[in-house]
Amino acid sequence: MLGLVKRLYKIDSKDHVGPDNVPLWINDLTVAYHRKPVLWDVDLSLPEGQLIAVVGPNGAGKSTLIKAILGLVPRASGAVSIYGKPYESQRHLVGYVPQRESVDWDFPVNAMEVVAMGIYRQIGWLKPVTRRHRQKAFEELEKVGMAAYAGRQISQLSGGQQQRVFLARALAQDARLYFMDEPFAGVDVATERAIIALLKELKSAGKTCIVVHHDLQTVPSYFDHVVLLNLRIVDAGPIDQVFTEENLKKTYGGKLTLLSQALHEYAKDPRFPPGDR
Amino acid sequence: MEWTFLDTWIVVVGMLGAMSCALLGNYLVLRRMSMMGDAISHAVLPGLAIAFLVSGSRESLPMLIGAILIGVLTTFFIHGIDRLSGLDRGASMGVVFTTLFALGLILIRQAADHVDLDPGCVLYGAIELTPLDTYLWFDWEIPQAALTNGAMLLINLIFVLLFYKELKITSFDPALATTIGINANVMQYILMTLVAATTIAAFESVGSILVIAMLIVPGAAAHLLTDRLGLMLLISLVFAAVSALVGHIGAITIPKWFGFEDTSTAGMMAFMAGVLFGGVLLFAPRYGLISRLLHQLLLGIKIVRDDILGFLYRYQELASADAKPVQVSQVREALKAGFSVDLSLWDLARKNMVKRVEDRLTLTSNGAATGRNLIRSHRLWETYLCNKMGYCDADMHRHAHQLEHYTDTKLQTELDQITGNPKFDPHQRRIPEP
Amino acid sequence: MTHRIIFVFRRLSFTVYAGILALSPNEAFAGGLAGSQIQWPSWQDLLRVITFQDYNTRVVIVGATLLGLAAGLVGTFLLLRKRALLSDAISHATLPGIVLAFIVMSMILGNGKNLLGLIAGAAVFSVLGTASVIIIQKYTRLKEDAALGIVLSVYFGFGIALMGLATRMETGNAAGLSSFIYGKTASMLFFDAMLIAVTALGTIIFCILFFKEFALLCFDENYAAAQGWPVTRLDFLMMGLVVAVTVIGLQAVGLILVVALLIIPAAAARFWTFRLRHMLWLSGVFGALSGMLGSGISALMANLPAGAVIVLTASAIFLFSMTFGSARGIMKLVIERFKLRKRILRENLLRDLYEWYETAHTASSDGSITIESHIRGPSIDDISTRRSWSSKQLLRTIRSLRASKYLNVDDDNRLLFTDHGMQAAKDIIRKHRLWEAYLISHADVATGTVDLSADRIEHVLDEEIIRKLEGLLPGIHPKELPKSLHTLNTSGGAV
Repeated sequence: MLGLVKRLYKIDSKDHVGPDNVPLWINDLTVAYHRKPVLWDVDLSLPEGQLIAVVGPNGAGKSTLIKAILGLVPRASGAVSIYGKPYESQRHLVGYVPQRESVDWDFPVNAMEVVAMGIYRQIGWLKPVTRRHRQKAFEELEKVGMAAYAGRQISQLSGGQQQRVFLARALAQDARLYFMDEPFAGVDVATERAIIALLKELKSAGKTCIVVHHDLQTVPSYFDHVVLLNLRIVDAGPIDQVFTEENLKKTYGGKLTLLSQALHEYAKDPRFPPGDR
Repeated sequence: MEWTFLDTWIVVVGMLGAMSCALLGNYLVLRRMSMMGDAISHAVLPGLAIAFLVSGSRESLPMLIGAILIGVLTTFFIHGIDRLSGLDRGASMGVVFTTLFALGLILIRQAADHVDLDPGCVLYGAIELTPLDTYLWFDWEIPQAALTNGAMLLINLIFVLLFYKELKITSFDPALATTIGINANVMQYILMTLVAATTIAAFESVGSILVIAMLIVPGAAAHLLTDRLGLMLLISLVFAAVSALVGHIGAITIPKWFGFEDTSTAGMMAFMAGVLFGGVLLFAPRYGLISRLLHQLLLGIKIVRDDILGFLYRYQELASADAKPVQVSQVREALKAGFSVDLSLWDLARKNMVKRVEDRLTLTSNGAATGRNLIRSHRLWETYLCNKMGYCDADMHRHAHQLEHYTDTKLQTELDQITGNPKFDPHQRRIPEP
Repeated sequence: MTHRIIFVFRRLSFTVYAGILALSPNEAFAGGLAGSQIQWPSWQDLLRVITFQDYNTRVVIVGATLLGLAAGLVGTFLLLRKRALLSDAISHATLPGIVLAFIVMSMILGNGKNLLGLIAGAAVFSVLGTASVIIIQKYTRLKEDAALGIVLSVYFGFGIALMGLATRMETGNAAGLSSFIYGKTASMLFFDAMLIAVTALGTIIFCILFFKEFALLCFDENYAAAQGWPVTRLDFLMMGLVVAVTVIGLQAVGLILVVALLIIPAAAARFWTFRLRHMLWLSGVFGALSGMLGSGISALMANLPAGAVIVLTASAIFLFSMTFGSARGIMKLVIERFKLRKRILRENLLRDLYEWYETAHTASSDGSITIESHIRGPSIDDISTRRSWSSKQLLRTIRSLRASKYLNVDDDNRLLFTDHGMQAAKDIIRKHRLWEAYLISHADVATGTVDLSADRIEHVLDEEIIRKLEGLLPGIHPKELPKSLHTLNTSGGAV
């Protein structure tokens, strides 16, 4: 019975893959919960080495998009490929930083052990975690400014600090493509700065970061590329081409006084000349 | 208390069984699947019965196979119903294991007519009999139960050591584990199979139902005692062994206090585990109830102490040189407290911060230093709140009064820097030097 | 040497005694047929049971039915509050209460088998057990599952230890204490059945009286508290009903199986309806049915413990409900998903076909596109590149559309609309483009409302809104097909 149900979701997508220099290529993706589609006809092709924001109103399907790509929710139709191959064979190239609530904070691990988990794949089955691995974990913690907390059990960290630990874990995975689900949600200023610094560093290392982001006002300053999503792709492309008032109205609708204000500020701000990211 | 070698063996068998359960049980507790232990130990009944019916005997091997099958099947059913039906996990478990248990009861009745099997024994064991059923091993007569449980303990130990990090990551973050390539589902099935096998191995000693106590209670207690996984595993083993020992001793001694001979060791083992758990619940160093209560109390006293010192310092600051020292009753009135003031004063005197002559109080140099530090923090906070945050109303004092207790040197220095090394607070009172 | 033998003998006798208890005639059924093989009942036996001729059987069946009813009702609320396993913990926690009551009554009254006393003991300890679960959960970092497991096993262990004492007592015959573990359905007395009937009646009355309060409590406890309902007291009442049913059910089907009656009928009912009221009564019916059929079957066939059969009957009902339930059964879900995918694929193909024509031909002045006989339709390859079709899917969908007479395949393997097909395609395109307009103009509320899989947009949105949307789209004429708001490129679908 389970097999039958599973088969109904399997997509015969062997013929459909994107080019192998494109980190994320999606064609005709539709995801349906119960009877209602929550993502419809999504086509996307994202460039390498950029910081890409995925924005849209609540319930627009942003988290669903990420989960559908990673195979955490079933797809009703469509094909997804990562550097030209289906996700399942490219796991080692992908790092995922989920939303924070999905973990038991009372679990007896400290910050360093959490980061070390990111290296498990490289260690391999059955082999132990050695001093060398722990050293690497410690280094990643340093990059996010959490080295002083390496030995703390995770429930003793603040929300922002926890977020940084999970980021460090994703870094330890040494992936080429990173998915982050609302990393900036509810974090303090210090953490936010740390995350931005990290993203910039990842970009200069040639990695691609796809980030579900909720705060429109910071999109132009943090990111190079944006995907506007509201059940379907409204538009996707470089910020200065796509992040327009018209597109935002199409995505968010309604009165956007705050947003228009933000856009005007952005257009006037001399710190962000177009094309210089 | 008469103690024979039989008692020793009973304790050994109990300990081995308890430890092999406790080891795996840690992961059940961490994965929030404690009731899976309950489910599986109820569900093994039909597996046993089928093993008996099929093999016609009580040999270990068919029972082990029955256990493995049941472990896999139960997990599969529960998983399946959980995913396909939309019921919550508890309800799925409840449906599966009660059905399997009912099935088991029926089959056992059928099996009992063919094989010498006693359902009560299956359910709550007969550990008292285990020393009688022995194997000859290098000239030693060892109870079979000890060998079985010992072997199970060894297997579980090897499993946990080999798959240490895989177990850790699949328990902590199964989604990540799967994205990394460590299949969380596979680990789950293996774990549940081992739990089933451990249950069967232990059923002769403590019965399948009491196995649950040994699966959950040691791990739960250990979780309250430490923040480190390795230590948690170790503590759970010790806890399990101690429960077994104390349980048997209790079973042969406590009933005598009430005029009885003795009682079921297995039952007492579970009960003692509970009593020990209660002890941990209350007295665990960081997470125990009493500890937390004490911590709260001590914190409360600290705050009263600080308040007294602050009061005395301010008085000395404002009073003229020949003014009389403060009276205790004045302190009590100012702080609106009675007993806690007395307690704190006693503590302060003990720490040589306050000198008490009859009912008059003066600060010693120690006390004055601490008082001055407190006032400094207080006034720095007031400056910060008013100058930097625009928060200049009457509440400013109240907030500063709360914050001063939690301000260490580092924070104080930072406050000083941020407000630009002020000399006076918003009320035009001098800020003491550090 | 002798003292060792005596020591062993004592241990042995305890186990034997326990074994005898377990296998005591409590497990036998009322009809009196003994034996170890499964003896299929004769027609006379069947008739005897069905027409309730045997007094004992009557009592048993009625008692079991009423118990099933009560358990089904109460279990519904348990299930909805996600406390199914709490009933497991509570029922195990009652054992020490029962045995303690037995011991105390034996010492004081000389006879420990006073049913009401035992029930009182059970009730007290079930309350203690529940309190323990709450305390562990509230004051430590342990979660609910660990709290349940600890309480269940420790209390039960205590009960077993106490039983070890009780069975040794000279006064008060302890045989039958174990019936609380296994149940003695088949030897149910009139008094027991009366007790069950009263409990069942009480349960029904409370469920009716407090229906809306319990419903509110289940769905949104915080809201109920905010509205001023005494949430804690209502919770106590609900749990009190659970305790009552559990304790009464203990001696009927046994400790371990009363949990089954509390969980399984309610879980089964859930697959047939989305409405609480219906679920409640259905659950009661399922429970009653299990009790009736189960005890009846057990009365007919030898050597089947009644409690177990009742539970298995309930499980059979559950299995049937899970598979075929009209609201949430697996069959329903599978069929729905299958239909949804099929519809999506068909609509996709129709859209693709239409858009191929739209880009390949210029529209006439009124915006419509006519298929002229000399214009060739797209080949299968043209279509398959427009989106991620697998060849199997594409062929299957083409066949499905052909069966609906929406398109034809000509000799060159090219696709061609029929008139029906053209109209269907137009409708679908219109629907989609209206949804697009809606998503754009009402983006802030769209995500909850949009249902692209709905048959017609009119099923979801008001007429007025639709007219407004039509007004937003370029090339407007209500009957005409609006142009797409996306730019269509010639090689693929919408950008």
